[in-house]
Amino acid sequence: MRPLPVLGAALLALMLVSVSVGAAQVDLRTILSDHRAMLVVLESRLPRTVAVVLTGAALSVAGVLIQALVRNRFVGPDTSGTAEGAALGLLAVTILWPASPLWLRMIAASAAAMATTALFLAVVRRLPVREVMLVPIAGLVLSGVLGSVVTFVGWQSDLMQYVGTWLMSGEFSGVISGRYELLWFAGIAAALAWFSADRFAILGLGDGVATGLGLSTAAVMRLGLAVVSIVTAMVVTTVGMIPFVGLVVPNLVARIMGDNLRTSLPVVALAGAVLVLACDLAGRLVIRPYEVPAGLILGILGAVLFLWLLHRRPAHG
Amino acid sequence: MDSGFAGAGLDPRPRLSRDAAMLGGMALLLAAVAALWMFQGLGQGNRSFLLGLRGAKLAALVTVAVAGGVSTILFQTVAANRVLTPSIMGFDALYVLLQSGLVVALGGAGFVGLPPAAKFTAEVAAMTALAALLFGTLLLKGARDLPKMILTGVILGVLFRSVSGFLGRVLDPNEFAVVQSVSFASFNRVDVTLLPWAVAATALAVAAAWRMSAILDVLALGRDPAVSLGLRHRAAVLAVLTLVAVLVSVSTALVGPVAFFGLILAGLAHGLMRTSRHALLLPAAGLSGAILLVGGQWLFERLLSQAATLSVVVEFAGGLFFLFLLLKGRIR
Amino acid sequence: MIQIDGVSHRIGGAPILHDISTRLPQGKLTALIGPNGAGKSTLLRLVGRLEPLQAGRITVAGHDVATTPTDRLARVMAILGQQTAIASRLRLSELVAFGRWPHHKGRPGSVDRAKVTEALDAFALTPLAGRFLDEVSGGQAQRAHIAMAVAQDTDWLLLDEPLNNLDMAHARALMRRLRAMVDGGRSVGMVVHEINYAAAWADHVIAMKNGRVVAQGPAGSVLTEDLLSDLYDTPIQIGEHRGRPLVLHHC
Repeated sequence: MRPLPVLGAALLALMLVSVSVGAAQVDLRTILSDHRAMLVVLESRLPRTVAVVLTGAALSVAGVLIQALVRNRFVGPDTSGTAEGAALGLLAVTILWPASPLWLRMIAASAAAMATTALFLAVVRRLPVREVMLVPIAGLVLSGVLGSVVTFVGWQSDLMQYVGTWLMSGEFSGVISGRYELLWFAGIAAALAWFSADRFAILGLGDGVATGLGLSTAAVMRLGLAVVSIVTAMVVTTVGMIPFVGLVVPNLVARIMGDNLRTSLPVVALAGAVLVLACDLAGRLVIRPYEVPAGLILGILGAVLFLWLLHRRPAHG
Repeated sequence: MDSGFAGAGLDPRPRLSRDAAMLGGMALLLAAVAALWMFQGLGQGNRSFLLGLRGAKLAALVTVAVAGGVSTILFQTVAANRVLTPSIMGFDALYVLLQSGLVVALGGAGFVGLPPAAKFTAEVAAMTALAALLFGTLLLKGARDLPKMILTGVILGVLFRSVSGFLGRVLDPNEFAVVQSVSFASFNRVDVTLLPWAVAATALAVAAAWRMSAILDVLALGRDPAVSLGLRHRAAVLAVLTLVAVLVSVSTALVGPVAFFGLILAGLAHGLMRTSRHALLLPAAGLSGAILLVGGQWLFERLLSQAATLSVVVEFAGGLFFLFLLLKGRIR
Repeated sequence: MIQIDGVSHRIGGAPILHDISTRLPQGKLTALIGPNGAGKSTLLRLVGRLEPLQAGRITVAGHDVATTPTDRLARVMAILGQQTAIASRLRLSELVAFGRWPHHKGRPGSVDRAKVTEALDAFALTPLAGRFLDEVSGGQAQRAHIAMAVAQDTDWLLLDEPLNNLDMAHARALMRRLRAMVDGGRSVGMVVHEINYAAAWADHVIAMKNGRVVAQGPAGSVLTEDLLSDLYDTPIQIGEHRGRPLVLHHC
């Protein structure tokens, strides 16, 4: 069974369901003649579905990259201080220049995310090499510390509401046409990473190997850092951080396909999209007509998957 | 507190007097800070009302501080590790989950309608059983691979928080603030109805812990040496975890989750005391916690008019301290 | 006597010991030898009830390890596992003093203090008594751990590779000390890595390989060229030095 076509089919099916599920009744068979239904689909359902797919795919790819950057399987963009960095950048620009245009906010969020992720990389480099599990612990604590700064600033400046949506919602219910397009940047950044897939795969083998193969590790690191930060910043700005996707999906795919990123990255992206879309659907269905944010469901499902990954017998190495 | 507990030390007398003097000094400092808290800026208004209010808050702060400090020392002792706190391992998240779980299981109206004391007692009892089971298994099985055990605990905490957030959403879909309200501690809003029970539970647990001092000293050596010395290791670990569960329940019920506060207290206690004897470490952790919290709250609430920020500052400082320990290679 | 009957053991599904039956004689110094992964340490840890027994039966001086209360066992045998870092910040004297804990349970008397002083003295630790464990060398810390086990003052002393980290002089001093204890009526069981320490000091040798006992008996009968060459899969010659076998394996 080849994973790519299977996942592709699953994603298509889920997208169809996603477009037809919601508060308003929409029958896809009569949609061409039903003007109102068409409006619902084009303005709300389709944008939401696309937003979910882009988010899942981009975050999973970002997960692969950050794992290659720190050479540790147990980290993700949500446990590396990246999301908190993006929130800090957004806060700063909101406070300093409340009327700032969107592109400036994006740049501020991405730049700050890059800075805090670089800080995480610096911390990791100073950890004892053999202790695999210390890297995720350091990431979690760094995220916690940065998070408390964000909370503090948010409190002081009466922006707690925003902080809440950035860091702990992971909710797609607010997505309508015109309010999610930033996520395309995340998708594009993730797609760019695929062109350098081989470099990231080599980077994951270690500095010695990378240098031996004539790879400029610094350049690849910078590229990875940029992609991870941009993806995370866009997700944080638009729908709020989604936990565990970037951590769990790369692990699951690597178990089946190994770490040849050129072939596995597309699968990672598809799998991430399927996972987040499934969680978003579950969140829409479980207490209809109300919703549970996809981020909350992923918090549960992702944690369980992570614990399983942590405690299973090692399959390789 | 005589030298009867000299289970450690060939001739502990000279150091004991130094450490005892240190404890005495801390007690005096606490008394001074408490007096400042009670009487500073009292004004001419309704003094007895104000004093009652301040007294209740003082009791709550001291209770939380003592519970945080003592529970952290206890937990570090059973884990034979100096950098863990019960909160890092998801203890308080478990308590929060238990609260929402009980509401779901027993029906919202009925359970919430119970008198606070009965509700609190039920929660503490359930928490104790569950925590001993879960963390007992984790500690007894995971002792070989400490970082993995820590990571498991951290992720369990995330899982508990997500599940309680989920339950909160399902119970009341309009409540958007569920996740937020349980994610942060506040030393400012203390549930006063629980106070007498919380104080009593804390006092009992701390007394029990102090009586176990000699056993704790042996437990801190790690599993192999403790077993070799004839300590019933498993029973001792479970007993200590029970005390930790009670203390964490009390503290979380009063002010909400505080992840890194205990780490600072344990670090202070170990730094200030020149001994590893629990008979002295436990009071040191409790006293330093009380001084920090009462003094800090006085500073932030009265001088800076920023009542809400102390918990954030404490968390920030505690987190940085943890990273510092990590980078210094003290977490292994 | 330590009697081991039908002991098998698995760790995480992997078999470590296969149906081991053997004994460590009373009043002797017994050495467990064998290549890496033979199961020596596991067997010693099972005897010392550091690991729960999965199958079989072990008695120490008549006490069934599985059923005797652990604090009772602590007055019959002392076991020192391979040393791991201790989280508490302890002085050497404090660590050694813990050896008396099984006897006083937190309230030491004058006898306890005397035994601790004696143990510190025996391992040349008195000048270091006030130093913290993390301030001394690995060998000094190792000696403190051994002193703690000795201070426990039990009929049986079990040591897992106690010579780790010790220089030649201290290793020799330790063996001499153990010899004296055995001559005074105690019994010692130890896992030994450097075969010549077994050759020079042990009365009784148990040779293990792949989780099985392949030979056991008086040192002279086990430490033969054929048997050791087989045991370690490497050619070994045996000479003689002061009337004891000397294992030659460096050429």
